[in-house]
Amino acid sequence: MQSAWIAGLIGGMLIGLSATLLLAVNGRIAGISGMVNGALTFAASERWRWWFLGGMVGGGALYEYGLAAQPTPSSTFAPWAMLVGGFLVGVGTRLGNGCTSGHGVCGLGRLSGRSLAAVLTFMTTAALTVFVTHHVLG
Amino acid sequence: MGHIHKQQVVALISGLIFGFGLGVSQMIDRDRVIGFLDVAGHWDPTLAFVMGGAVAVTLITFRVVLRQPRPLLASRFFLPTRNDIDRPLLIGAAIFGIGWGIAGYCPGPGLTALVLGLANPIIFVVAMIAGSLSWKAISDRAEKRQREGVKV
Repeated sequence: MQSAWIAGLIGGMLIGLSATLLLAVNGRIAGISGMVNGALTFAASERWRWWFLGGMVGGGALYEYGLAAQPTPSSTFAPWAMLVGGFLVGVGTRLGNGCTSGHGVCGLGRLSGRSLAAVLTFMTTAALTVFVTHHVLG
Repeated sequence: MGHIHKQQVVALISGLIFGFGLGVSQMIDRDRVIGFLDVAGHWDPTLAFVMGGAVAVTLITFRVVLRQPRPLLASRFFLPTRNDIDRPLLIGAAIFGIGWGIAGYCPGPGLTALVLGLANPIIFVVAMIAGSLSWKAISDRAEKRQREGVKV
């Protein structure tokens, strides 16, 4: 259990480092929902976002198939949850202008009150949702 | 190599570190995320260490970086300009949280989990893009209607 916390801390610091690099060199915020939305415009000026997203998936592969002591556990989870949950994540991050990385990692790093309000809100509704799905319904 | 290409290489490296970090921290394991959100169950604090580690870094480095006149390879910092806490922000964040609690993935881990070769992350990513584009279409149309209304 404790090794998972240490791995979490190291992984989290790497994410912070990645956001630092992107801001210091390119002047951009490493928010993944914004990255996806910008990439989907297919504008030439947004092409760098595809490079970031490609790198992100590549980095995941590098970990999973290069470094991981054991494969990441694959949960058997209802596809409908992915469909409904994914759709709500798409709507919510577009409307609220960000997700865990944009509002969380970067927004909190900038001491943005707007991001803090967003983080507190989505953490609360996410925990309430899991409470309902795991303890009330399930 | 022009600045545009250099920026793309930097974006690639930054993405690589980001995805690697998500792998190391095991945020691509949705059960670990659900374990954190399940405060009434067998609580798993790992996500707090991930977020804490990331924000501990950005709190320090962003201060230093944003004190510079401009980024190394760009003319300016592209930062959100708004400071107000409005309804769309809170409603959007609330909807995002509900989706996150149902799926167990937020955008970064969901996309990175594509490397696991499972059906679930693929369904998640496709649904997320559909949700985002649907909302964009709705808000674009409302905006257009409002503009036309003003004209009359």
